[in-house]
Amino acid sequence: MDSLALHLPALLVAIPLFTAFLIPLAGRAGGTVRSALVILGAALTSLAGLALAARVFAGGTVLYVFGAAAPHAAIPMDSGGIPIRIIFQVDALGALMVVIAALSSLAITLYSLAAESRQSGKDGFYSMLFLLVAGVLGMVSTGDLFNFFVFLEISSLAGAALVAYRIDQGEAVEGGLKYALLSTVGALSVLMAIGILFAQYNALNIATVASRLRFGALDMIALVLLAVPLAMKCGAVPMHFWTPDTYTTAPSSITALLVVSSQASLYGLFRILFTLYGDLLRFNWAVFGWFLVILGALSAFVGVTMAIPQKDVKRLMAYHAVSQTGYMLLGVGVGLAVFADAGALAAYGKTAMAGGLFHIINHAMYKGLLFLTAGAVFYRTGTRNLNRLGGLGHAMPWTMVFFMIGALAIAGIPPFNGFASKLLIYESVFRFSPFLAILAMVVSILTLASFVKVFHSMFMGPPRAEFAGVREVPAPMIAGMAILAAFVILAGLVPQAFVDRMIAPAVNALVDRAGYIAAILGGH
Amino acid sequence: MDIPWTLQTGAGAWNPLLWLVGFAVAFGVAWLVRSRGRPDNRSGDALKPFISGNEEPENAGGHIPASNLYWGFTEAMKAYYSRLVPFHTGIPSDYVAWLLGVMALMLVIALTV
Repeated sequence: MDSLALHLPALLVAIPLFTAFLIPLAGRAGGTVRSALVILGAALTSLAGLALAARVFAGGTVLYVFGAAAPHAAIPMDSGGIPIRIIFQVDALGALMVVIAALSSLAITLYSLAAESRQSGKDGFYSMLFLLVAGVLGMVSTGDLFNFFVFLEISSLAGAALVAYRIDQGEAVEGGLKYALLSTVGALSVLMAIGILFAQYNALNIATVASRLRFGALDMIALVLLAVPLAMKCGAVPMHFWTPDTYTTAPSSITALLVVSSQASLYGLFRILFTLYGDLLRFNWAVFGWFLVILGALSAFVGVTMAIPQKDVKRLMAYHAVSQTGYMLLGVGVGLAVFADAGALAAYGKTAMAGGLFHIINHAMYKGLLFLTAGAVFYRTGTRNLNRLGGLGHAMPWTMVFFMIGALAIAGIPPFNGFASKLLIYESVFRFSPFLAILAMVVSILTLASFVKVFHSMFMGPPRAEFAGVREVPAPMIAGMAILAAFVILAGLVPQAFVDRMIAPAVNALVDRAGYIAAILGGH
Repeated sequence: MDIPWTLQTGAGAWNPLLWLVGFAVAFGVAWLVRSRGRPDNRSGDALKPFISGNEEPENAGGHIPASNLYWGFTEAMKAYYSRLVPFHTGIPSDYVAWLLGVMALMLVIALTV
């Protein structure tokens, strides 16, 4: 059992990868066998993820060196002090992201079993789904720059294939193409930056490069080549245009997973800024802090105002995803902007970062839930057009309740989880800039208005004749939505427990650059 | 005194438990007031909505479609939307151009400050 626990970081990626490659074989044996494998793979992946996260939160950073005699032997005797092997380095920030991916992927996979039951090509669908999960888990676990690029590519390519899964619909292919194009351009930029860093420092390990960084012109070029594409991948304005096009056309379960994938890019952005470049004396914190703050404020406001006039429910929700990403960028950006000021950091900077990081996990859960409810409505009615929908509350009460939970959470209404993280952001950002805090509150009010419209359009009113045969969605879809809804309620009722056990350690991990480096290079 | 379940925000605190208790008390008061009302007030014409003297529409015609909601908001913000919406061209090369544009701007900032 101890040996199994020791290899959890490897299992975290190995399980979804093996499941992905086994699914086409299982599919030859029939749909039931394939479904059983899919459930088993999702459950084991989540179990490995949650067990690893528990280990990290209880005992600190977990290292895993692939191919080494001992999993924590980062530097081989004959390597000249360079960690040459692929290393997974999961600190509390990475563990937080692992929890998000583990919970979301389990809920989404369960939901998909019923939601995609009427589609063909399920072998490819589930293989790609597990590849996407492996890519996301790899991105948030690895301690190696090139490895990060590889996992980014795996998640991007699998994501593009899944967006275009309903290939008979032209718009799905277009959405997939746009996602693939933007992801490829972004990944090329990331690869170029890694090349620049490798050429200078002869290392790919994040901790090693961080310890050697000289902050010359080439390093700053590499920083921009890394940070901007990752900001684009998380849907920050003005690089958000792909988000509504892609999120709208993908199957709803995949849209929910793409939200998690976007947040893995957000993790990458924070890791680059805080860990790789976060030298307190030589890095211009204020400039890059304000870069995040401006992107965040723009994303929050533009996202929500673009959402309000939308008539397609998923397009509307996609713009809200852009808007909510704004809160995360705003919270962490404020922390970064005041990082060099110890007084401000202690007074409100860390709280702002905690709000931003708490909002990441909250958003993954309630936005995933909202996309799944939109998918449930589409599953039964065949339309996403809000002008055509109405009166579904009579026939789909569970879906309606789950939608209400998600909508109240995203609008920041107590006692749901969105309120807790937004409160942390409002109060801390107010001390940084009252204008930004008020803007954040206005965005929340507009979010509530927008979701009142969706609720009215989909569920309220008398039953409509064209939806006379509509009934509640199958049990696996309800189970998937219930997992996410349970988290939304729980994190709203006991927010301090989440902050104490997961968020505060993640904030400390984010700002503890020396600790991250020492975990690899310490003692050598 | 530490109250369980309290979220410390740095500048204040938030307790969902107290909020729920307050919500339950308000609900109880509302129920109490309602229970003391006349039991015969929900019969006859009292159930009919008053729509400025107009006839109540048929059930199916009573639902207001999404496009009609917030018309006033979008109309008031027309100048804003007329500038913002055209940026969303749907053309992939435009999307790449925005990415490269932001990258160029950040390169200038990063290399000069």
